[in-house]
Amino acid sequence: MEPLREVSGRAIPFGRKNIDTDVIIPAKWLKTITRDGLGRGAFETLREDPGNLFDSPEFAGSPILIAGDNFGCGSSREHAAWALLDLGVRAVIAPSFSDIFSGNAFKNGIVTVVLPQTAIDRLMEVAQTDPVSIDLESQTVTTPFQDRFTFEIDPFRKHCLLEGLDEVGLTLARGDAIARYENDAKAALPWLAKGVEHA
Amino acid sequence: MASRPRTLYEKIWDAHVVERRDANDSRGTCLIYIDRHLVHEVTSPQAFEALRAAGRTVRRPDLTLAVPDHNLPTTARRDSAGARIPIADPESAQQLAALERNAPEFGIRYIGDADAQQGIVHVVGPEQGFSLPGATIVCGDSHTACHGGLGALAFGIGTSEVEHVLATQTLLLAPAKTMEVRVEGSLGPGVTAKDLVLHICGVLRASGGTGYVIEYTGSAIRDLSVEGRLTVSNMAIEHGARAGLIAPDDTTFAYVKGRPYAPRGADWDAAITWWRSLTTDPGARYDKVVTIDAADIVPSVTWGTSPEDVVPITGTVPAPENFADPSKQDAARKSLEYMGLVPGEPMTGIAIQNVFIGSCTNSRIEDLRAAAAVLNGRRKSANVKWAIVVPGSGLVKAQAEAEGLDRVFIDAGFEWREPGCSACLGMNPDKVPPGERCASTSNRNFVGRQGPGSRTHLVSPATAAASAVAGRLADVRELDRQ
Ligand code: SF4
Repeated sequence: MEPLREVSGRAIPFGRKNIDTDVIIPAKWLKTITRDGLGRGAFETLREDPGNLFDSPEFAGSPILIAGDNFGCGSSREHAAWALLDLGVRAVIAPSFSDIFSGNAFKNGIVTVVLPQTAIDRLMEVAQTDPVSIDLESQTVTTPFQDRFTFEIDPFRKHCLLEGLDEVGLTLARGDAIARYENDAKAALPWLAKGVEHA
Repeated sequence: MASRPRTLYEKIWDAHVVERRDANDSRGTCLIYIDRHLVHEVTSPQAFEALRAAGRTVRRPDLTLAVPDHNLPTTARRDSAGARIPIADPESAQQLAALERNAPEFGIRYIGDADAQQGIVHVVGPEQGFSLPGATIVCGDSHTACHGGLGALAFGIGTSEVEHVLATQTLLLAPAKTMEVRVEGSLGPGVTAKDLVLHICGVLRASGGTGYVIEYTGSAIRDLSVEGRLTVSNMAIEHGARAGLIAPDDTTFAYVKGRPYAPRGADWDAAITWWRSLTTDPGARYDKVVTIDAADIVPSVTWGTSPEDVVPITGTVPAPENFADPSKQDAARKSLEYMGLVPGEPMTGIAIQNVFIGSCTNSRIEDLRAAAAVLNGRRKSANVKWAIVVPGSGLVKAQAEAEGLDRVFIDAGFEWREPGCSACLGMNPDKVPPGERCASTSNRNFVGRQGPGSRTHLVSPATAAASAVAGRLADVRELDRQ
């Protein structure tokens, strides 16, 4: 994964609440067996409108998306994160995210920034005409007009994003601890360790 | 030494901590062991591909079960000579072929499209005794919350997490907050587990559960069968909750006993002892408590494009301006436009053209029995063009046929199909045509969910059956009186 320290540029002032994963990427795009090329299906129904933000010359390819409450609710499809990535989005700013979506986003090197609605309102205004900048190290979102909003992020996620670390590789390195757990569990809850071997 | 009182969620969590990432932070992220992993064809190909690319193996193939469900056609899959009938959609065929290839390559038990046990993963897991109380269960599918009805900590994960679990049998997770949703009292006649959870969707709204694991408690929950509990927990994700939980009890144990992968003999006795300890201790604190009176719940139906858009079947289409939240007013206007509804219209006046009985929410034997009981001796209305029943698994289908339910459905004008996800999300050919309405027992009424332009009304199996007969959304309690 590519390290991510800063995301700067135009931000798509989308702002809508409760955007579910069916809107981000409709079910018909889930039939792929690769991760690539899903940007074409991103927000497909909204993009049927010729005046949509995602295809406007001003915002197409912007690295930041500003959304409303509960962004990414609905299904667990990671395709939503892959579709955003393929559009060029590396950061989403919203008042709240669905748990699964923010996990998926993080695992694909997209940072989800939670800010209060008042900050979102201000950023929506700035984004109409000017760029927005997210600095992961200092956990701040800034604008050319001296706006400065700080956000919280899980320290581990921050570390992984900054270093571009692969979570599977990190956990595989904990193989001894996992084996120890398995041994203990086999003694304590032997039937649970049996899985399909019971039949 | 008496230990601190804990919630059910905390007990399952504590039993699965491999290690804390930061030993000094008792509320921080943990490496959590996963006991059961269900895999289907839609969210797994990229995970297997990544394992292959990195030269990694599956740590515990014996704790993993693969079942195709989303893309499978619900029409016959083999011809009379037993040869596979090709799948028309090349992309569906490609995803199914990928799972059929990946499962054996990585040593994973695979229940195939023509096996008697095949079905929707969330129906197959409990039915096979693969999903067990107290276990941590994951699947690349948000409705994994379903298995919480057994008292398992079960939740949906993304494809990168599927890969993580395949490679390590663990996940890095931060503990969730806990919420108790307590439903006391008894459900009235014609009111089912689905109506109960739709009612909760209305109370909690689509994001009221975000960040929480919800434990459903109270006498109305305890009185439910395991099938009903699976229905309730299934929709925990529709309030944004990470998972749903219902404490296992004798009803649960009776359901699990004797299933193919369930513990037996001495293992069974040991399991029961542990399962009995899996209740929330007196004095344990939830982060939030919501109480609901079962007497307030009537057959429920959705009018909009979010599961929170619930009204009693006796109610009317709401007026957007009556919502307090301005953004909800706006969303309601959009929903009503999409749904082609006018405020003030009685719900029972809304004509439907399609009926879908199926999905991991409502495709178990009890659901089919409830629908068949309503349809027995009746026929679907002429304006219902398409009515299908899609059993949740081959075993449900066989059981229903043994009970003669298939005849009841067919005589009522329904099509009797092969198991799978079907019109729940329309990845296979089963779709609701644009602009048409469907009374559906599934769990999501999102825009386009059952096919582009489809209009979904979420209901219980009994309500779906009554609506098929009436040709409009119907109050099953009225039909009973006729
Ligand atoms: S039946 Fe519907 S909700 Fe359930 S797993 Fe299949 S597509 Fe998902």
